[in-house]
Amino acid sequence: MVKYVDEFRDPAAARHYADAIARVTTRPWTIMEICGGQTHAIVRHGIDQMLPDGILLLHGPGCPVCVTPSGMIDAAISIAERSGVILCTFGDMLRVPGGQGSLLSARGRGADVRMVYSPLDALALAQENPAREVVFFAIGFETTAPTTAMAVLQAEREGLSNFSLLVSHVLVPPAMEALLSDPANGVQGFLAAGHVCTVTGYREYEPIARRFGIPIVVTGFEPLDLLQGIYLCIRQLEEGRVEVENQYRRLVHPEGNARACAAVDRVFCVRSQQWRGIGEIEASGLGLAPDYEPFDALVRFPGTAVPPEDQTSCISGEILRGVRKPCDCPAFATACTPEHPLGATMVSSEGACAAYYRYRRPLVAE
Amino acid sequence: MCLAVPGEVLSIDGDDVLMRDGRIAFAGVVKRACLAYVPEAKIGDYVLVHAGFAIAVIDAVEAQRTLALIEEIVAEDRW
Repeated sequence: MVKYVDEFRDPAAARHYADAIARVTTRPWTIMEICGGQTHAIVRHGIDQMLPDGILLLHGPGCPVCVTPSGMIDAAISIAERSGVILCTFGDMLRVPGGQGSLLSARGRGADVRMVYSPLDALALAQENPAREVVFFAIGFETTAPTTAMAVLQAEREGLSNFSLLVSHVLVPPAMEALLSDPANGVQGFLAAGHVCTVTGYREYEPIARRFGIPIVVTGFEPLDLLQGIYLCIRQLEEGRVEVENQYRRLVHPEGNARACAAVDRVFCVRSQQWRGIGEIEASGLGLAPDYEPFDALVRFPGTAVPPEDQTSCISGEILRGVRKPCDCPAFATACTPEHPLGATMVSSEGACAAYYRYRRPLVAE
Repeated sequence: MCLAVPGEVLSIDGDDVLMRDGRIAFAGVVKRACLAYVPEAKIGDYVLVHAGFAIAVIDAVEAQRTLALIEEIVAEDRW
């Protein structure tokens, strides 16, 4: 028994909960889960298939690997190929194709590219290799930004001069606002990402709910969490209420984790950010604050190009905005597979295409 | 990517707030995690760990409340 996991996974309780959802549902509703981890859990546990007809779950852009611009991957490759550099990043990032191949293909050509589990592992590599330049390719949402921030603060304290970061951190609320402002938007309610809100809290979501008249439920990741989040969202929609509700109370406080937020505020500043497949979104990314610019790999390695976004036939942009589903793509599971991905939503295990490929392919093939 | 896993704090090392870390047990596997963001964490607490960092202490009372609310809905359906 895994505490705080297994008790939120009881399959019999999940079936009864799905029946309860059916009882309170009188009309069709479209709800988007923001986070790729939630998409993965929903498809893996078949939660979308337990819901009444007419309840449509759209999968949101909350997969940082998927939305990292291809130009940043090209920049990471070009830095990794400089002599004396060790480039490290999270495992999922290695296989994603940029315009010039992937970091894994760069490693095949001799670049020193390493997978790390934590930004602190990258920091340790810098301490162990004083003659090398260690660059951490920092991606992720608000959940991950504090971990990068702490690596920078510890590097500063220890006076490490061979550690720098290529930063591509992204923020959820501006992306929600961009989706809701899109004329193609059909989302009527949101499940906000529980682990993002563990860090940030949910005060920022209240003006979004009011401005767009949309219910937002901060939701966890286990099947019963997700079903309860969907239930609370449908109750709001059915009753015409617009609120930010918190399903994930065991972890999320309204104000979030103050220390983590303070570290992020100290090390980073908000900037405009390119999202792969979606485009530029104002104030949706984090860059190093002026005081920490010496840690910026793009400053440390001048002349590193960040090419503009590539054009592809892949529909991952529409999938990330919830406009289309993976099985709508003619290349899905034919020309595009996890071994030969055409786009990032197939590469990352949290991408909607990879989740459908792993758990739904037999159904799609029928 | 925002994958985060609950684990039990087995031990805590270091007095420096920035560097404090601990041994955390996850279903039989023990790993170290940075505790800089959860100064309130004590041995025996469950914390949520993401990318080598505890980002919150799990509130046992709220967890029970959530399970009770779930059980209420489930019981309505069962009977």
